[in-house]
Amino acid sequence: MQNIYRDGRFDPDIWTLVADDEPLPEGGHALIGKARWLEERDVLAKSRLSLGLALAAGDTLDDVVADLPRFSVIALEFPKFADGRSYSTARLLRETHGFKGELRAIGDVLIDQIPLMRRCGFDAFAISNEPTRRALEAGHFPDVPYYTQPIADRGEVPAGTRPWLRVPAAPAPPVR
Amino acid sequence: MYRYDEFDRTFVAERVTQFKDQVTRRLAGDLTEDQFKPLRLMNGVYLQLHAYMLRVAIPYGTLDSAQMRRLAHVARTYDRGYGHFTTRQNIQYNWPSLEDIPAILDDLAEVEMHAIQTSGNCIRNVTADHFAGASADEIADPRPYAEILRQWSSLHPEFSFLPRKFKIAVTGAPNDRAAIQVHDIGLQVVRDEDGAIGFAVYVGGGQGRTPMIARKIRDFVPEADLLAYCEAILRVYNLYGRRDNKYKARIKILVHETGIERLKSDIEAEFERIRHGVLALPDEEVRRIETYFAPPAFETLPAHSVRLETAMKTDRALSDWVSQNTHAHRAEGYRIVTISLKPPGGIPGDASADQMDAVAAIADAYGHNEIRVSHEQNLVLPHVKLDDLPEVFAALQKAQLADANAGLVTDIIACPGMDYCALATARSIPVAQEISERFAGPQRQQDIGPLKIKISGCINACGHHHVGHIGILGVEKKGEELYQITLGGSGDEEAAIGTIIGRGFSGDRITDAVEVIVNTYLHLRKGPEETFLAAYRRVGDDPFKEALYGENAQWPWAV
Repeated sequence: MQNIYRDGRFDPDIWTLVADDEPLPEGGHALIGKARWLEERDVLAKSRLSLGLALAAGDTLDDVVADLPRFSVIALEFPKFADGRSYSTARLLRETHGFKGELRAIGDVLIDQIPLMRRCGFDAFAISNEPTRRALEAGHFPDVPYYTQPIADRGEVPAGTRPWLRVPAAPAPPVR
Repeated sequence: MYRYDEFDRTFVAERVTQFKDQVTRRLAGDLTEDQFKPLRLMNGVYLQLHAYMLRVAIPYGTLDSAQMRRLAHVARTYDRGYGHFTTRQNIQYNWPSLEDIPAILDDLAEVEMHAIQTSGNCIRNVTADHFAGASADEIADPRPYAEILRQWSSLHPEFSFLPRKFKIAVTGAPNDRAAIQVHDIGLQVVRDEDGAIGFAVYVGGGQGRTPMIARKIRDFVPEADLLAYCEAILRVYNLYGRRDNKYKARIKILVHETGIERLKSDIEAEFERIRHGVLALPDEEVRRIETYFAPPAFETLPAHSVRLETAMKTDRALSDWVSQNTHAHRAEGYRIVTISLKPPGGIPGDASADQMDAVAAIADAYGHNEIRVSHEQNLVLPHVKLDDLPEVFAALQKAQLADANAGLVTDIIACPGMDYCALATARSIPVAQEISERFAGPQRQQDIGPLKIKISGCINACGHHHVGHIGILGVEKKGEELYQITLGGSGDEEAAIGTIIGRGFSGDRITDAVEVIVNTYLHLRKGPEETFLAAYRRVGDDPFKEALYGENAQWPWAV
């Protein structure tokens, strides 16, 4: 089980990522892919599982928008850290579709991109890169906490006279 | 021009600190070179053939004399005494050491400069008309909008890992000097029928190995919606742009493969969702930013300067320079001055530290402290009094910056090519040098008239050869450098991609080939008022092909 970084600390992860061709667990917390959800929606909805949705980079939201409130976690994949599609998906989920649950970054999640992910609405990070884990454990968060564009009203307050400038409403996550 | 406030200063300082930390972690091995590469690129640091290269941003090509002096200082202290002004209105240093780069960034930050987003798969330095705020044909100064776009796009959290680089250019005039139709987004300031300011928006232009002229996606985006519309375009591109092949990853390919109508409907739908949100530009804020770009207080002057005209009568060099290198200004009694960085036999766009200091001093004394970098790799003094032109010319002569060739055959754009660049497949600087020497005679250049030659050392087309009236592309074939010629390209409001004229020429024949083309034009033109481009558009390829490759080719070795 992987540890999840959120709110400035690592928590044990209760969610299991279930691949499309794997059998579903009897109970517990399962993150399932979009194709499986669309195919087995009726059965899944009746199961005892707690469900989260795992979206691959490039998965569109069109056919799952109505289902979003069913998921307490949505995981968005970064197949490579340089593949930035999930930043946009995160903002669409938060700002256009009002998703309020946990938004989790999975895949190639590295320390230098985490501040950007956080601004786009991610609040949980599955970390497998060792230097990233060490840096976060040491309280290192390489943000430039002066933003020259507004993203949403989430977690940021306007700064000074220019209406589109922002600074974080709260400082970077506390050191543990 | 735009002055940083406390917020901008802290932002740039924090960014330098962040980059220092990234360099430290790279050296400690916590970051792999693959992981570090996009981070250093977003700070303008390239690894080139012989050394690191640092590209410093000059937002919309505008700088003051203090900044120019600081660029000279960097050239002198950390480089080999010169810098290279680029086609994206930036400056590059070719020989800094990696250890010095944080110190250079500190020095630059003191004069509100940085290297943020001069490279990488992000929104690059926003470019604008180099005559902005001075030219007579302008609807509005494009720089306030370029500045607003700069702020919005700086370290944008959503758009820092795009499929590929993304370039935005803005023109405030119908005569497009910013080449907006070969940019990912091109913005032209226009007025609607009620006189309100807005933008005609072009999408999907670009050069590189698949050159395309941008498509107009909207006739009018209201001023208040500038950022929302751009964000909608970027979001659609970030989600759907190709990532499987870096050569097909620019938005032009998405436009081409998806079709402009379908893409437009996606962009418009996204725009409708966000247009009334946080990105709406408050009118008072646009007006406030505009005040930073307010023109200097021009004196009321007569339209003619007796002093200048008298001097021109006795000084042929001055007279040639004034007619070639100065341009109509919106205020009577003023001219816009182009400082040529294209001496015969020189490296296009290069300036020595002493020359940079000289330009700074001239701008202080005669130019309201304003300097521009043009995408044609020259410098511009936007506001100079007619009365002062003799002094400006004399000072430029002293600095060896007085070549009267703006817009002429020797005013060549060239990429660094194989002399510096790791991507290049052929040399471009020596070709530019030889052509400019061949045509160096002032009378000959003036007889030929307006003619843009642009040279790239590989298919990435940094030398803009696709939009050169005569374009030259250097490729490598069987271990030899071969130069392919295109004709009829243009980067202005009637943008066009040049046509390949035929098989290429070796390095020792390319200058002869250009001369054959120029001579062919001189013979067939209706008169001196018919420019090369106009003549080419009238007659097409055939006469040029015939002259280069035909039975009666005008040179013995052509066949």
